[in-house]
Amino acid sequence: MVLDARDITRALTRISHEILERNKGADDLVLLGIPSRGVPLAERIAERIASVEGYDVPVGSLDVTMYRDDLRMKPARALLPTKLPPGGIDGRTVVLVDDVLFSGRTIRAALDALNDIGRPRAVRLAVLVDRGHRELPIRADFVGKNLPTSLVERVKVTLAGVDDADAVTIFGEVAS
Amino acid sequence: MKRHLLSAGDLTRDDAELILSTAAELRELADRPIKKLPALRGRTVVNLFFEDSTRTRISFEAAAKRLSADVINFAAKGSSLSKGESLKDTALTLEAMGADAVVVRHGASGAPHLLANSGWVRSSVVNAGDGTHEHPTQALLDAFTMWRHLGESKPGGLEGRRIAIVGDVLHSRVARSNALLLNTLGAEVTLVAPPTLMPVGIESWPVQTSYDLDTVIPKADAVMMLRVQRERMQGGFFPTAREYSRRYGLDGRRMATLQDHTIVMHPGPMVRGMEITADVADSSRSVIVEQVTNGVAVRMAVLYLLLGGSEPAVGGEE
Amino acid sequence: MSTTYLIKNVRVLGGEPTDLLLRDGVIADLGGRAASASERIETIDATGLIALPGLVDLHTHLREPGREDAETVETGTRAAAMGGFTAVHAMANTEPVADTAGVVEQVWRLGREAGFCDVYPVGAVTVGLQGEKLAELGAMADSAARVRVFSDDGKCVSDAVLMRRALEYVKAFDGVIAQHAQEPRLTEGAQMNEGELSGKLGLTGWPAVAEEAIIARDCLLAAHVGSRLHVCHVSTAGSVEIVRDAKRKGWDVTAEACPHHLILTDELAATYDPIYKVNPPLRTAADVEALRAGLADGTIDIVATDHAPHPHEDKDCEWAAAAFGMLGLETALSIVQATMVDPGLLDWAGVAERMSFAPARIGRVADHGRPIEVGEPANVVLYDPAARRTVDPTESASLSRNTPYRGMELPGRVVATFLRGRPTVLDGALV
Ligand SMILES: [Zn+2]
Repeated sequence: MVLDARDITRALTRISHEILERNKGADDLVLLGIPSRGVPLAERIAERIASVEGYDVPVGSLDVTMYRDDLRMKPARALLPTKLPPGGIDGRTVVLVDDVLFSGRTIRAALDALNDIGRPRAVRLAVLVDRGHRELPIRADFVGKNLPTSLVERVKVTLAGVDDADAVTIFGEVAS
Repeated sequence: MKRHLLSAGDLTRDDAELILSTAAELRELADRPIKKLPALRGRTVVNLFFEDSTRTRISFEAAAKRLSADVINFAAKGSSLSKGESLKDTALTLEAMGADAVVVRHGASGAPHLLANSGWVRSSVVNAGDGTHEHPTQALLDAFTMWRHLGESKPGGLEGRRIAIVGDVLHSRVARSNALLLNTLGAEVTLVAPPTLMPVGIESWPVQTSYDLDTVIPKADAVMMLRVQRERMQGGFFPTAREYSRRYGLDGRRMATLQDHTIVMHPGPMVRGMEITADVADSSRSVIVEQVTNGVAVRMAVLYLLLGGSEPAVGGEE
Repeated sequence: MSTTYLIKNVRVLGGEPTDLLLRDGVIADLGGRAASASERIETIDATGLIALPGLVDLHTHLREPGREDAETVETGTRAAAMGGFTAVHAMANTEPVADTAGVVEQVWRLGREAGFCDVYPVGAVTVGLQGEKLAELGAMADSAARVRVFSDDGKCVSDAVLMRRALEYVKAFDGVIAQHAQEPRLTEGAQMNEGELSGKLGLTGWPAVAEEAIIARDCLLAAHVGSRLHVCHVSTAGSVEIVRDAKRKGWDVTAEACPHHLILTDELAATYDPIYKVNPPLRTAADVEALRAGLADGTIDIVATDHAPHPHEDKDCEWAAAAFGMLGLETALSIVQATMVDPGLLDWAGVAERMSFAPARIGRVADHGRPIEVGEPANVVLYDPAARRTVDPTESASLSRNTPYRGMELPGRVVATFLRGRPTVLDGALV
């Protein structure tokens, strides 16, 4: 285990502060979690922002399944929810939230999906873990923890509420 | 590998619920500025219609286009039953065009089955209604509509729900597909028709049957009225339209015996005054217009799950 | 001068091995050594083979004249010879219909020219099979074709008065009416056996009662006017029961069953493959059981093939658009072995009765269906019951390929067929 519950809490708190600092407040912010783990992370960040600013940042979810570039390489997958906040995203600053940043392909798909949904003023990216090995020119604006990994390793994020408990774990070569 | 959707009976409970939940996500698309998703970009969907059915064709066309597929509409002149263009020659033409999916409507029961198993085409085959056999996507959209109204759009939402399907069961592909699918989803189906319009061997279907509409509908959570063609009178299936309406039609008096939450459905096109009166069709219980909207979402789900990945996620073997 | 054949170690009707000498068109000797040193003799080692009298089919569709794209008299009789038949009755539903002396004589002549087996034309009962007025039955009987079997097969003589008259009229020349029992109003648009499956598949049902009602009526009519009735392709348990009852009452009723109704069931319709579309339709397993039992106890007198060739395009289409019928001549004996002999329901003498003696008697054919005895016409089949073969439609001698047994492994093989001492098939191939 590389991050425990306390580490994760600290990382999210720091990310929340960085977002506020960068955005100069919570006005016009929209947090969009990428299902499945990105959504509870976005909700936790929103809670922290609310406790600091006393302002409820709209939170939504953005499913990128149909925009993935490997859609045709695997059997058809179930869709995950896309829920936009009532105010929409036009003219807002959208912060995409995901658990792990790896090749960057998921984020590329998310940017395409956003394009079909509206026109934000700016798009930022917040991730709990950046494990490197980018295949596209994409970087995160807010990173909970940089985690150098080897390509054969696997990074697993679990979150209380969805899973048993908060944790980030690295697995070696898995024979499954 | 599962490639085709030929019969509602081919779907497992997991298949059916995956289609419903996918359709629920896709239905949201109707509220967005860009009603299009890229999932089927570069895929070709052919609507092969040997029978006129503008509504079903348009529904499939909208579904395929919203998923960015290329759509070719192929209205075959006359069915091969009238010795027009043969199914085989048409199929070979489509194969040459490189169709990824063929949505087929045909007057002959089993024509989609034949198309899928003949080796004439390699594409996925979706049954859009064959003869008096099946119409699986209609059943899926009916189930989806019930699931939203009666099942809170949750897995298992139709478990134990009572559905009455009323009318010309004998000639209805909608009734066949609905009986199979609703049973798979755990609903309790009662088919109501005069004995002449009940198929032989219906005892072996996973349904209840009744000849008496008035005893069935007060317990129903949904009442689906089937179209009854006046021509059936010539076949001696019932004496007059008036007697049919009196015994099996849904009018205001009967509607008053329904439970508060009960919805009224009709696969269309309706024969107003025959199986359903105008005041019932236009009442607040009626979800007939919503069925049309849901049709596009359900067909999107089917096309996506059949064609979206390297292999389909649902459907029948063969 | 024709060749003399000495068939050694053959089991006549499945009996003890013996020798059979065929000379000058007749069976010249049985068990002895009557061959003279001077003549040319072909010796056939028939160890393990069974000799049966040349098979007689009372129900074949040769399609000529009119549908030569499906079958001709020549190709149909080749298929017959390959199946061990030395005589076939050619059904009347050709184009033009065989309802005049002219057409039946034409078919009869084509059969003589082909030479693979004897062809006995069946005359239509009504003009153009229209079921409205009697055809010239007497003229057909008096023609060179000497017609004795009359049938509107493909259609039912449904008018009760017309059926009565036909039954009465053919008494004058010892004819028989072979009825295709299908009540037309009960079978409008019918596609398959009416039952659980037809309801599920959405295919219009062909109810058993539509067959049984006509058979019952015709039995009563035949009894009333004292005529002979033959019932074509009995397909239901109820029909077997009605025929059994008629026989018990002593009425002159005979009946046939088709090989496909002895082995295939309506479950095959679930494939929607029209290769299984036939009239009357494939029925349930219970019907198949009843037919086998009826054939075993003699209620059903004969096996008749209802060989019905159709060109590819008439079967390579939607079920409802496809033609009714399936090939049968080349596989009939194997199916009878598989369904009747191997399970112990019928011995080989019984097969000879059902597939040769009885059909010849019903059709009033003098030179076929004779016992394998010295002095009798040398119409003989040599059959290897131990062989197994997988049916390949492309190997069929028929012009058509619509066999429902494609890919099935069947027991037995016709090794040789002799028509009046001359081989039409030798070593399993046409001569
Ligand atoms: Zn017939």
